[in-house]
Amino acid sequence: MNYNEIEILIVEDNPNDAEMALRALKKNNLTNKVLIVGDGEEALDFVFAKGKFSGREQTHRPKIILLDLKLPKIDGLEVLEAIKSNPKTQAIPVIILTSSKEEKDMVESYRLGVNSYIVKPVDFDKFVDAVRDLGLYWLLLNQQP
Amino acid sequence: MGDYNQIEILLVEDNPHDAEMALRALKKNNLSNKVLVVTDGEEALDFIFARGKFSGRDKDFNHLPKMILLDLKLPKVNGIEVLKEIKSNPETQVIPVIVLTSSQEDKDIVESYKLGVNSYIVKPVDFDKFVEAVRHLGFYWLLLNKQPQL
Repeated sequence: MNYNEIEILIVEDNPNDAEMALRALKKNNLTNKVLIVGDGEEALDFVFAKGKFSGREQTHRPKIILLDLKLPKIDGLEVLEAIKSNPKTQAIPVIILTSSKEEKDMVESYRLGVNSYIVKPVDFDKFVDAVRDLGLYWLLLNQQP
Repeated sequence: MGDYNQIEILLVEDNPHDAEMALRALKKNNLSNKVLVVTDGEEALDFIFARGKFSGRDKDFNHLPKMILLDLKLPKVNGIEVLKEIKSNPETQVIPVIVLTSSQEDKDIVESYKLGVNSYIVKPVDFDKFVEAVRHLGFYWLLLNKQPQL
């Protein structure tokens, strides 16, 4: 896999949820350049071209990062903070995609500079719709430097 | 003037033609009912922080607009400054701010992201494409995106 071509980074530790997101993207013909990582450390390694991703061009930014909040090793909020506090990466749209509707998670995410916060629909068809809408919005409409 | 507490979309646009186009696009998508148009950055900040002629407005989490569509080139206080004020204040940083501009300049895009813009959209010149963009925008931020509610 050529890591320089990744357009969508999905950070999700639950294999079932990751599979569902991939299926939803596939149903909407948005699968071509997706990478799934299973914990926050791997996500940061990818974003900052470290560890096993050290050969990657850091200047090539994904168009979106779909970030779960509850993650092993480094949690989602910490990943968000690292991305948004660094001038080299702060322009990457980060969308929290989580089952948490907790007020404090939302407030903290916005405080740290999240671009959008989406609560995962439980129903699969609704989830597919949500992934389609967010995929089209961020891949086609939103502008990055 | 309507009830300012019901406003869901704040449109900050000084060009009457562009404002009219955005309103028509919202109307075409049945999203026009809760829109307020303000024409300069000062008025935008007055609304957001419930000051001046908007001082009667409630500014708790339940009455935050669901999105602010912000032009960059504005009289009195420019869009970048408005964005900065909103995103540096804990009470207002949860409001999604979408820059909607004709500027494709990298420095505007970079600066907007640095200040915490939620999304940056270059206005399509073609009216049909503009309507389409506003529909996507409206549905995305009004229906899919979640904000805290107290």
